[in-house]
Amino acid sequence: MPKLTLSVNGQPRTIDCANATLLVEALREHLGLTGTHVGCDSSQCGACTVHVDGRSVKSCTMLAVEAEGAAITTIEGLAKGNDLHPMQAAFKEHHGLQCGFCTPGMVMSACDLAARNPAPSEGEVRHWLEGNLCRCTGYHNIVKAVRAGAGDMNGGK
Amino acid sequence: MKDFEFHRPASIKDAVALVAGTSGAKYLAGGQSLLPVMKLDLAEPPALVSLARLPGLADIRVDGGTVAIGALCTHDQVARSADVAKAIPALAALASHIGDAQVRNRGTLGGSVAHADPAADYPAALLGLGATIVTDRGKHAADSYFKGLFETSLADGELVTAVHFPVPRRAAYAKFAHRASKYAVVGVFVAETAGGVRVAITGAGATVFRSAAMEAALTSSMTPGALDGITVPADDLNADAEASAEYRAHLIGVMAKRAVAALR
Ligand SMILES: Cc1cc2nc3c(=O)[nH]c(=O)nc-3n(C[C@H](O)[C@H](O)[C@H](O)COP(=O)(O)OP(=O)(O)OC[C@H]3O[C@@H](n4cnc5c(N)ncnc54)[C@H](O)[C@@H]3O)c2cc1C
Ligand code: FES
Ligand code: FES
Repeated sequence: MPKLTLSVNGQPRTIDCANATLLVEALREHLGLTGTHVGCDSSQCGACTVHVDGRSVKSCTMLAVEAEGAAITTIEGLAKGNDLHPMQAAFKEHHGLQCGFCTPGMVMSACDLAARNPAPSEGEVRHWLEGNLCRCTGYHNIVKAVRAGAGDMNGGK
Repeated sequence: MKDFEFHRPASIKDAVALVAGTSGAKYLAGGQSLLPVMKLDLAEPPALVSLARLPGLADIRVDGGTVAIGALCTHDQVARSADVAKAIPALAALASHIGDAQVRNRGTLGGSVAHADPAADYPAALLGLGATIVTDRGKHAADSYFKGLFETSLADGELVTAVHFPVPRRAAYAKFAHRASKYAVVGVFVAETAGGVRVAITGAGATVFRSAAMEAALTSSMTPGALDGITVPADDLNADAEASAEYRAHLIGVMAKRAVAALR
């Protein structure tokens, strides 16, 4: 099987996997990083969102081999020890989750937005999160959390 | 998904040779159309040839009256390009409403144009602006490029390298989006070009098409009201769970008026 070398949450990793392996399978099944979820497996729900070289992508719709040499960040890579990342802390603070299934993807997607736009409006957050579905919250608190988290990430607090 | 050979060539020549060398081999760009189809086993290419390492295909250049966009430019790149926004604001806006943020981070112009999905957005801009599709072996005018359902004038293994969009005087795109995917249920691109008024409609038929009746009406008067009473027959339009053919015919009129009102 082809060997694949990439960086995951700052650590160099090597994976033996078939070419048909999806990035999400490599992360969950080969590296045991099960924080990245599979909701629909059909490119719609965004639960599988991770960063590839800083950009949010649906890891169920990218081949692991395409990530050769790339830097991947998953939800496990955000917190520093026991200190939550500001976006995670904002989701907790603003009740941006209920069951939590969509949350890793929401947080990863939100971090990509905040890196581009330090103070997104409500409309900008809603447009950005079109690729992330949540069956519990009704989105209002997610939008609140993302706006607060973006502020905190960009020097607020 | 069936396993396949995977290649990542560093030159256009090698990429073309690799696809020519294996029957059924396919190029892989952003994978946002191809991978979903492969995951359903609706396509089982024996080999994928990734375009990711091909040099020079991800540039945007504005040169006089033309915006040249490389095939590997992502939708996000086009949406955020200050050059595109200045020269053809309607094109940057169209790109910013394709799918969602994650799809725009991976999906490419070349992939969309080669795939020719009947509900894709870019085809409306290509036909509406009279763009030129540039490939490894020649050029195709948008007017004769979109042949039918997922069908284009590309030969087997022909690689799209760029699209050249002529800068219009004014243009706008209005779409009625599918609620979940954001694909066009109906999208209408209206442009005032050096060669006259062009109206291109996507999402409604087997492939993107122009409306001569709307173009004639808007040539007399570039106002939403000029489209009153002008209809596109529902006979050949798509019908699915999202919209009947008659509803699509109605939406074409509404979206065309919205586009005319938004021209800039
Ligand atoms: C959830 C979701 C929502 C979407 N919503 C929309 C939407 O609202 N509007 C819209 O327009 N699209 C939408 N798309 C499709 C998206 O825009 C795709 O990115 C695009 O259709 C294909 O581009 P790609 O780079 O991903 O191509 P790929 O999937 O990599 O390839 C598609 C096809 O084109 C061929 N190909 C790729 N590049 C080239 C090239 N340079 N030369 C020749 N052949 C090539 C491939 O072999 C393949 O057959 C959506 C997709 C998803 C998953
Ligand atoms: S699991 Fe990837 S988009 Fe739903
Ligand atoms: S919190 Fe349950 S799906 Fe979003």
